Amino acid sequence: MISANLLAVFYLISGVLFILALRGLSSPETSRQGNLFGIIGMAIAIGVTIISVGNFSTGFLYLLVLLLIGGSIGAFIAFKIPMTAMPELVAGFHSLVGLAAVFVAISAFLNPEVFSLGSPGNIKVASLIEMSLGAAIGAITFTGSIIAFLKLRGIMSGSPITFFGQHYLNLILGIILVGLVFYLCKSQADIWFWTIIIISFLVGVLLIIPIGGADMPVVISMLNSYSGWAAAGIGFTLENTALIITGALVGSSGAILSYIMCKGMNRSFFNVILGGWGATDQSSSNQLKEQKPVKSGNADDAAFLMKNASSVIIVPGYGMAVAQAQHALREMVDALKKNGVKVTYAIHPVAGRMPGHMNVLLAEANVSYDEVFELEEINNDFANCDVAYVIGANDVTNPVAKTDPQSPIYGMPILDVEKSKSVLFVKRSLSPGYAGIDNDLFYRDNTLMLFADAKKMTEDIIKSL
Amino acid sequence: MEIDPFIFRFSIFILSIFIGYYVVWSVTPSLHTPLMSVTNAISSVIIVGAIIAALAGEAENIFDTANIFGFLAIILAAVNIFGGFLVTQRMLAMYKKKKKDIK
Repeated sequence: MISANLLAVFYLISGVLFILALRGLSSPETSRQGNLFGIIGMAIAIGVTIISVGNFSTGFLYLLVLLLIGGSIGAFIAFKIPMTAMPELVAGFHSLVGLAAVFVAISAFLNPEVFSLGSPGNIKVASLIEMSLGAAIGAITFTGSIIAFLKLRGIMSGSPITFFGQHYLNLILGIILVGLVFYLCKSQADIWFWTIIIISFLVGVLLIIPIGGADMPVVISMLNSYSGWAAAGIGFTLENTALIITGALVGSSGAILSYIMCKGMNRSFFNVILGGWGATDQSSSNQLKEQKPVKSGNADDAAFLMKNASSVIIVPGYGMAVAQAQHALREMVDALKKNGVKVTYAIHPVAGRMPGHMNVLLAEANVSYDEVFELEEINNDFANCDVAYVIGANDVTNPVAKTDPQSPIYGMPILDVEKSKSVLFVKRSLSPGYAGIDNDLFYRDNTLMLFADAKKMTEDIIKSL
Repeated sequence: MEIDPFIFRFSIFILSIFIGYYVVWSVTPSLHTPLMSVTNAISSVIIVGAIIAALAGEAENIFDTANIFGFLAIILAAVNIFGGFLVTQRMLAMYKKKKKDIK
């Protein structure tokens, strides 16, 4: 056994190590050490908890077996998952944290003595509120992440699902939840607790279905944040500082990422959450584009242009991830560098389906991270660049964001691809991006459209170089 | 007058939010994906609650409903802990490899 004070000190140490784990991510050099701190923190938390329970009977054996099973599944997924599937993986993992929070809350509700919260039917009111909060947020995180996972995986359509009175329904359900917590505290009856969990599962689904595929970076960040608050809620119930610290860290981390993603699209958080974007002016843009002429080219043209350029900026987007073109792209850049061309990468904050998605893919393809720049760092360079190679990106380059106040993406910061001497667009068709708006750049004189799969086109260009 | 222990925990909570705020803003944008996977892993520290719940009581109690929910939570959290840290490690290793290439 271990004294309660000593136990609390160990949990504090875990909490500090988790802070250092996040701190390490401020630069790639320190990040691996940070991850190690995180692992040590987790090992300490698990170790001292097992010692403090001091129950080394059959239950302990089950614990080890389950840890091993869960751990092997986790490790297997971690090694097998392709980097392009990172957003789905993270969404899937969020759902597990959410469900674990629900389970722990249920367990605490059924057997409150273990956590010294009172006895069944006579649980402290504060604990009831805390565990209902933890369970409710956990349940929302669980079903919300499942929906996000299905959308990212393409099992469910990425287009927003909206219906009349949706937001009112959510509002009413929210009010009902508050009422249920109140009744639970008053009567201590099981039925209210189960109802809270079931309604929260429903709210999770309803919250995420109206949000479109392109807004997934916000959704994932938001669910990240929720999973943190759920953990913090449980932390209060269990009076555990490691959980409270971690929950607060994760909660604020997810919130900041959501904020950064929203800013990257110049949209308010509520605008994204209320959803239903991108389903509107599809029809008008369809009519417009048929009339305008487009210059299209082939791999040889593109190779010729880039070989004779002195500087090229690559603008990757989600299309590159879908086509798994990052390795081919790196080879193309290597070939260009041999020809003395200066090549850099420009990454828009919301490129891809999760924060930092493109950076990871480029890292996977061995692109050195000092060649990869964020929007603010590189945007002025487009004016001096000869060729912009836009691969699988669209909306983030659309100049309409600066010129047309009517456009849904007006005010969104964009990469100034239009300022470079010529623009190469690798795209499968002229179809508009997720925002559902036409891109003026396609019809400019200095734009050459390369209609093909991103990977195939890039490979063809390598051959022509 | 005695201060409710809840207030202490609440203070820790609020201060941790501030720490989180400043620490996360200092994370470089290129590492935002590893940030998400590592926060995912550490939030699975919820496993401590699961362990307490699962091992509660005597040996014959371990198949009570409350304990079973604890065991289920252990599996879920274990998937997350191992998966989260390892996939973060895998990603960060790629960033490291590049650094060697440059030098």
